[in-house]
Amino acid sequence: MTQNETESQTGTIEEGNDLPADVSALIGVRQYEEVAEFPVERGYIWTTCASVENGNPLFWDDDAAAEITGGPIAPPTMLSVWLRAHHWAPGREAGSQLPLRIHFDLKERLELPEAIMTEDVLVFHEPVRPGDLLQSSQILRSVSELKHTKLGVGRFWVIDVEYRNQRDELVGVDTLTGLGYRRQGQ
Amino acid sequence: MTTSNLTAGEIAVGDRLAELRHDVTATTVVLGALASRDDRPMHHDRDFAQKRNGTQDIFLNTPNQAAWFERYLTDWTGPMGRLGRVNFRMTGPVFPDDTMVLAGVVTDTWTDDVGCTWAKLDVELSVGGVVKTLAAASIAVPSGPDDNPWSRKGDQWRP
Repeated sequence: MTQNETESQTGTIEEGNDLPADVSALIGVRQYEEVAEFPVERGYIWTTCASVENGNPLFWDDDAAAEITGGPIAPPTMLSVWLRAHHWAPGREAGSQLPLRIHFDLKERLELPEAIMTEDVLVFHEPVRPGDLLQSSQILRSVSELKHTKLGVGRFWVIDVEYRNQRDELVGVDTLTGLGYRRQGQ
Repeated sequence: MTTSNLTAGEIAVGDRLAELRHDVTATTVVLGALASRDDRPMHHDRDFAQKRNGTQDIFLNTPNQAAWFERYLTDWTGPMGRLGRVNFRMTGPVFPDDTMVLAGVVTDTWTDDVGCTWAKLDVELSVGGVVKTLAAASIAVPSGPDDNPWSRKGDQWRP
């Protein structure tokens, strides 16, 4: 995935390219339910805040956090961080765990070798707190017709990633729009 | 640290936020990727970024850009500001040696059905006057000195 050219869900529809039935059948189905490999922890919170020079006292001042949020929380935009797999772990190869697996499944199944993410909508619910062990699941919401776009011929797809805490409270939903495509000649 | 808090009565449509400028370095990009546990090489390996992605250099990843937007918005509201929703459109990469500028404007204010007061903003991240990422964000702010959006739970929080 990369993000190097603007695209929206527009383009000329290619005739005679119905979505395969096995892909249509996956729309709306919850897949890839996963539990985080580690609990939410303050080291990453501080590293994230340091990376963007975020001095919000909610993340640095326990008294302020106690008063405003009932204790320390994580920056809401860190949602995806907590479900990122370790780069390596015993029994698996380094770098073998892909995030957003539906996206990669679609690339392979639809034979669209290139892909970019074009839009990302984050919605935040219950605060995420140090010690929480989050879980996520992925739901394919839609796949477009085959379209001619500036990048090549391809399809747009929309995937929801839903995040919950160990109490099964919804903490956030990340809705990603991807474009899988073939460059001319591929 | 940010300690003051905006309340709904202090916000009006058309209000412009002070710009935030930041000189991006390779450290900015790599630290942002590290903080978001993103080990994909286009965020730390210039050769890979150039040869596989066709970009001029490594570039900021999306989760770290989200963190920049969050920081920008809560610098404005203060810690009582509670993000509800952010919609990003990525239109181009941000590279080391870029000076990125975040700028925002209030596009709407409203009170929802459960009494939570909101501001909606358009925020642009640009480099050299060229927009690289567009965001539309909704953030809850206190309705007055006795309100705290963070105290809302369950159906009292409707982002």
